Amino acid sequence: MTVSRRTLLGLALLPLGCDSSKPHEGFLGLTERLNDRMQRAFFRPGKLASEESAGALTPQGAFPLYKVADEYPAAPADWKLRVHGLVARRLDLSLTDLRRLTPTQFRVRHHCVEGWSAVASWQGVRVSEIARLCGADPRARFVEFRSFEEGYPNAGASPVRYYSSWDRESVEHPQTILAYGRNGAPLSLGEGAPLRLYSAVKLGYKMVKWVDEVVFQPVRTGGYWEDLGYEWFAGV
Amino acid sequence: MASPRAEQPLAVRITHWANVPLLAIMAASGLQILAAFPEMGPKGAPAGWYPLQGWTPPAWMRAGDWLAGARHVHFGVAWLFVANALVYVVWLVISGEWRRRTFHPRRDAGNALHTTAWYLRLRKSPPEQGLYNGLQRLAYTLVIALAALEVLSGLALYKPVQLSVLAALFGGYEGARAFHLLGLAALLVFTVGHVALTVLHPRALASIFTGGRRA
Repeated sequence: MTVSRRTLLGLALLPLGCDSSKPHEGFLGLTERLNDRMQRAFFRPGKLASEESAGALTPQGAFPLYKVADEYPAAPADWKLRVHGLVARRLDLSLTDLRRLTPTQFRVRHHCVEGWSAVASWQGVRVSEIARLCGADPRARFVEFRSFEEGYPNAGASPVRYYSSWDRESVEHPQTILAYGRNGAPLSLGEGAPLRLYSAVKLGYKMVKWVDEVVFQPVRTGGYWEDLGYEWFAGV
Repeated sequence: MASPRAEQPLAVRITHWANVPLLAIMAASGLQILAAFPEMGPKGAPAGWYPLQGWTPPAWMRAGDWLAGARHVHFGVAWLFVANALVYVVWLVISGEWRRRTFHPRRDAGNALHTTAWYLRLRKSPPEQGLYNGLQRLAYTLVIALAALEVLSGLALYKPVQLSVLAALFGGYEGARAFHLLGLAALLVFTVGHVALTVLHPRALASIFTGGRRA
């Protein structure tokens, strides 16, 4: 509990079931589920984020590159993308394999949960293409993306791999890709090299960097920040 | 009005006083969200017009403790804020009270100017008035429009892609963000003026508690 950090107004919210240290519970949990449902209702699978002009590109270096580990994690030498779960065929894809698939790119605005926005162009392969290749089962309503980056969300406890679970509809969106390039160049380490999730329809923390696993699942799980209290759907 | 009605019927009093904590919570949780990135303009191109670039609101002005907590409070209580406003607006229409409570330019503009001149001591006497003078009608109508714009710019921030047409009306995501903050500042200005004027007019202040005289 962090009572000392609470303001008077914050304390007044407690009897209403508004405990901001447990945002998935009480009144806040109720409205989060309501908002999740509303967001899914709002979501139109064919609605594309508009292309930004070249002039709107955020200067290299001004685009924040976040991490939860102490250092940006370097990929193991034998890195491959493992695709499994409710699929007809498990896949192990190297970067060369991924580059052979139909490439796609877009230049869109990035929306961070903190409130800032920035613009970059992203190059990669649609996750819908991967889903088709592995024969993902329609019963897999959710997809979990896992990273080889490890953070320490709870002081003193064991490390946790960064991950995030998505609704299948957002995964299949044409602007949801596994990206290997940004602004025309291969991803730098800080940008998530060798491969990261990128999407025009989610907040930044849903876009897992340093991805090495894609798992098609029948159930919704959480995520690194989601488990700490951030909202699960987080669409834009 | 067919039957005598209090100056401030129960529906007005309830929605008015419900609005006080709701607006305070929306403002304070909004400022906690702002604290996560207390700047205007996209990364790499900070807005030149914003004088408080990088300024974090003090803790007493914020609610929700941290970013995720404040977002949940903001998006949860927003439902109650909107529901309360809808109850008031629907009541305005159904009761016919919109006639004496909202601003009608032809009827009220002259009266509003006269009242303003009186407050500024440019006129010796206030204009004749019924429940409200023209300036009150203007202020109470504008503040409802402002609250509606706050909700709309908030929705544009929440869903800049799905509601891209709405976001474009505010000049895109960054425009909506600036509008949302300036709207809060305008609501604060209204609240300060509103409270100051009720102190000058204690009878009007009493009526929002008791209902006032029956007309």
